[in-house]
Formats: sequence, structure tokens, C-alpha cells
Amino acid sequence: MNIPAHLKYTKTDEWFDPSTGAMGLSDYAQGQLSDIVFVEILVSAGDVLEAGKPIASVESVKAAAETYSAASGKVVAINEELANSPEILNKDPYGAGWMVKVESGKISGLMDAAAYTKYCEERAH
Amino acid sequence: MTYIPHSPKERDAMLATIGVKKLEDLFQDVPSKHRFPKLDLPPALTEMEASSELMELATDNENIRGDLVSFLGAGVYNHYIPSVVDYVLRRGEFYTAYTPYQPEISQGTLQAIFEYQSLITALTGMEVSNASHYDGATAVAEAANMAHAQFHGKRSKIVISPTVHPQYRATLRTYVQGMGLELAGDDPTADLEVGPEALESLIDGNTALVVIQYPDFFGRVYDLAKLIEAAHGQGALVCVAANPTALALFKTPGEMGADMVVGEGQPLGIPLSFGGPYLGFFTTRKQYVHKMSGRLVGETLDNRGQRAFVLTLTAREQHIKRERATSNICSNEGLMALACAVYLSVLGKTGLRQVAELCYHKAHYAADQIKRVKGYELCFDTPFFHEFSVCCPIPVEQVNAHLLDHGILGGYDLGQDYPALKDRMLVAVTEMNTKEEIDALVEVLAEARHD
Repeated sequence: MNIPAHLKYTKTDEWFDPSTGAMGLSDYAQGQLSDIVFVEILVSAGDVLEAGKPIASVESVKAAAETYSAASGKVVAINEELANSPEILNKDPYGAGWMVKVESGKISGLMDAAAYTKYCEERAH
Repeated sequence: MTYIPHSPKERDAMLATIGVKKLEDLFQDVPSKHRFPKLDLPPALTEMEASSELMELATDNENIRGDLVSFLGAGVYNHYIPSVVDYVLRRGEFYTAYTPYQPEISQGTLQAIFEYQSLITALTGMEVSNASHYDGATAVAEAANMAHAQFHGKRSKIVISPTVHPQYRATLRTYVQGMGLELAGDDPTADLEVGPEALESLIDGNTALVVIQYPDFFGRVYDLAKLIEAAHGQGALVCVAANPTALALFKTPGEMGADMVVGEGQPLGIPLSFGGPYLGFFTTRKQYVHKMSGRLVGETLDNRGQRAFVLTLTAREQHIKRERATSNICSNEGLMALACAVYLSVLGKTGLRQVAELCYHKAHYAADQIKRVKGYELCFDTPFFHEFSVCCPIPVEQVNAHLLDHGILGGYDLGQDYPALKDRMLVAVTEMNTKEEIDALVEVLAEARHD
């Protein structure tokens, strides 16, 4: 299980990078979903996000899940590559698999890597 | 799997295993006064008696297999069904097969549906087909669902031509209730002679979908390219409801740029059966496949590298995506899709074109003969496929009564759905109508006006 130390995490398995304003799905999430076949980003550049509101719809071979915003802020970029290559989310969830970038992102109540690791372990049984 | 009922010995062994003395004891949870109620039914008939009674009921119906010559169309048509279709359908493996969610025991069903999808995609000139819907009307409704989902509910208008089948329009009206969608163009009093351009002024930036029929309800064939371009110019999607037999002869809506091509598949190997079961075919472009409802069969390799078929992109379906799915529908018409696949494969491209040509030529012969009869006229002068509208000198009801006396099922009374088309009849001619039958129709039409 890959849980980079510099990121923050939500209870719904999204990650947020305070230094870049980027967010996406955690390694735990992509593992639970298994092979992802469709990603639809529901927001556009210029939209103002509220933490907890849906930003993307993700479909895998066996499940359909919503991705929720980890932070509040204005969207400056969305990852267009995901529409063409949804498997990036499985292969590189923290790098090329970023979904949305916000500027002046405000976060509240997110877990650090240690807390999130514990949270994932608790759910493992 | 075998289906052999248990013997009394097997039943007793099972009861003993679960510690129950007799079968009736399993119903203890049902209150005793309701447990084995006396039903007021007549005594049971023998199979012979039941068969005879049902036969008597059935012979009350006049049908087109021997009693009547039919010139009735209006959405479903009397075409020849090759005997091999029934032969394949009645194989127990297909007839009793359930829905193929377990690929390991459904390869036959899955392959049959995959073949159907491939054939329909080729016929319509599109990129992907689902495993089918119930009928042409609900296929149109699913196109509306898909367009609504595609724009995430941000576009709320659907433009539909009044020349689309009245029952398809009625079905769409039912579907859009509660969806926040408004219909425009659904007006049977509108000018019906303008052609597809009539819709262009209704299309705007709030239009999710434009729906048009090809040939239209009156049998007329128009080039839809300009309308499709106009719709795309506003960012709207276009759904063409097409007659599948016509697609063997005319330019496909796929070639004209349609985003969905849907329709009634009954003409392809399915009997009329007084209303159903029928077959809704639904095709679209690959880019929209994730918003398409219905089942989708894909081809893949199993873990031994063997070609296998499986239901794919299943996360679209409502039992997984739930309230966020495009539609509540995750069903299909398996047996009817199989009939269609057998029909298309047995006729082939050449055979289907031959059927279409026969329909076209016979219909045009009939139209030529009818317009020579005093009092009757062709209502429109637009090119048509196998159906045309006849303006009659007396009400259609009277014409049809007269025709029925002569063993002929006349055309559809258009006045029922279009106030401006009173005394107008929609006549369909297929490869099943002989020259003699057409000549007889013409003769009786001439007779009818003298009553």
C-alpha cells in the first residue's frame, strides 16, 4: 500500500497535495475498485469547489464510484488524459493520475499519512 | 445441467436431513386458515380438452397467415420469416436461457448477442450496438435518457419531429415526466410537408437531442444530413429512428452523421404477434458508449487464451451505478435479438437488399395503380420506401370495412393521430404482397367509393 508522506487524505480515499493543489484517488481506492475503465471529470476549469462535493465519476470492471473534492477552491486544471487512458488511475494514482488542481485550496479535517495508514488497516479486516 | 424432478425417496432423504417429517410442515409459518385454501376453480381438463378449448379461442382470430392479405404497416411489417429462424429459436439452450451474467455458463447466449450487435452496427453504419431494448419506442426513450446523461442534465430540451411514430412520441412523453426535460416539435397539427428543416428553428443551445424518423411515419425518405449538421452546430445530439429493412437500400443514418440510430427490429425475422414481443435496436458512437444504457456484450480472451464473450462495461448498469445510471433499464430481448441475428445472417447483405428492393418496387407499383383510381390520390409527392399515404374519397373506416369484407386488411387511418389527415390511409406493401393481391386491393378500393 502506497501512502506518500507529504500528502493529506480524506475518509473517502482521496488525496490532496497542499504544495501543488492537486487531488486524486488513493492507492487504496484504486486497489479496491480494480481495473478502472472509465473516468469522467465532472468539473471544469473556473468552477469553485466545495470540499466533499463530487468532482469525478469512476467506473471499474465491477463497481461505480464517485470521487469527492478534498479541498475547497477554484479549479485551475483538470486531467484530460484520464478520459483516454483511465488505467492511469490504477498505475500511478499519485502522479499521472491526478484528477483536479485547485488554487488557494482550503482543507479541513484531512488525515496525514500516518492516520490514513491506520484508517486503511482498520478496514482491511 | 439436467432438469429431472426428485423421486419420493430423494425428497424423504432431504426432509430427514433437515429434520422435517413431511413437506407440509415447511409451511408452518403461514397461518393455518390460509395454508391450503380451497380455490373455486373448475375441475382440471385433460391436455386434450385444454388443447381443444384453446384452439377454439385461437380460431376466433383472423390472421395474416391465411385469412387476410395485409397492407397494414405503421411501424411493424409483414415480412417473410425463413423457417430456420424458428428452428434455432426453439432450441432449448436458447429458449430457456436466462440472462448471461455468468459468462462461464452463457457462452452460447453471449456469442449470439455479440453477433446480433455486430450485424446491427453494420446495418446502421454506426460504431457500437447494445444487446437491445424492448421495442422501437423505448429505444427512442433511451436515446433521450442518454442525451440527458451526456449533458449532465444541463440541457433540458428535446426536439422531436411530429413525423416520428405517434406511439414513439407518446412513449417519450411518458419517459420525460419528472426528468426536467421539455419536448419541442411534438405537435401533430404542424405543417407535415416542410421536411426535416422544419425542426431547425427549434434547435438551440439548450437542446440535448433531436429525434427524427427515417423513413418517417408516412413512409417518406429525406436526406437528414443538413438537419444533423444544424443540430451539431448547436452542440445537440441527433437520434434517428430507422426502419431496418430500408437501411439495406438507402444511405445509412450513420453515414449522415447521426449520434444514435435506433428503431424497431420486428421486420427482421420477428412475427407481428398483435403487438409483441418486438425488438428495440440501439446503436451509437464509441465516444458515447459509457452513457449508453442496456447490456453490452464484448469479446475477450479467458485465462487460457481462448476467445470468450462476456457482458462488459457493466458498471453502467443500474444495479451497480444505481441512481446515477443513465436508465433503470438493464434488460434486453434476448430471443428476439437471436431471431434478428439468424434472419440477417441467413439473408445476408444481398438477400436483405433483395427484400428491400421487392418492397420498394411493389409499393411503387401499388401507388401507381391506386392513384389511377378515380377519387383516390397520393397525399405527398416525396420519395418513399414501402409505405405511402393515400387520400381517400370516403372515410378510411368505411374503406377498411369494405376491404375486410374481401379478406383484405387495409392501411392505417392517419386521421386518428393527425387532425389534418382525415380520410387519409397509410398503405404498406412488402415482399409478401403478390401482384394479384395488389391488383385486388386496387379493384376493391374502386368498388368501395361507389358505396
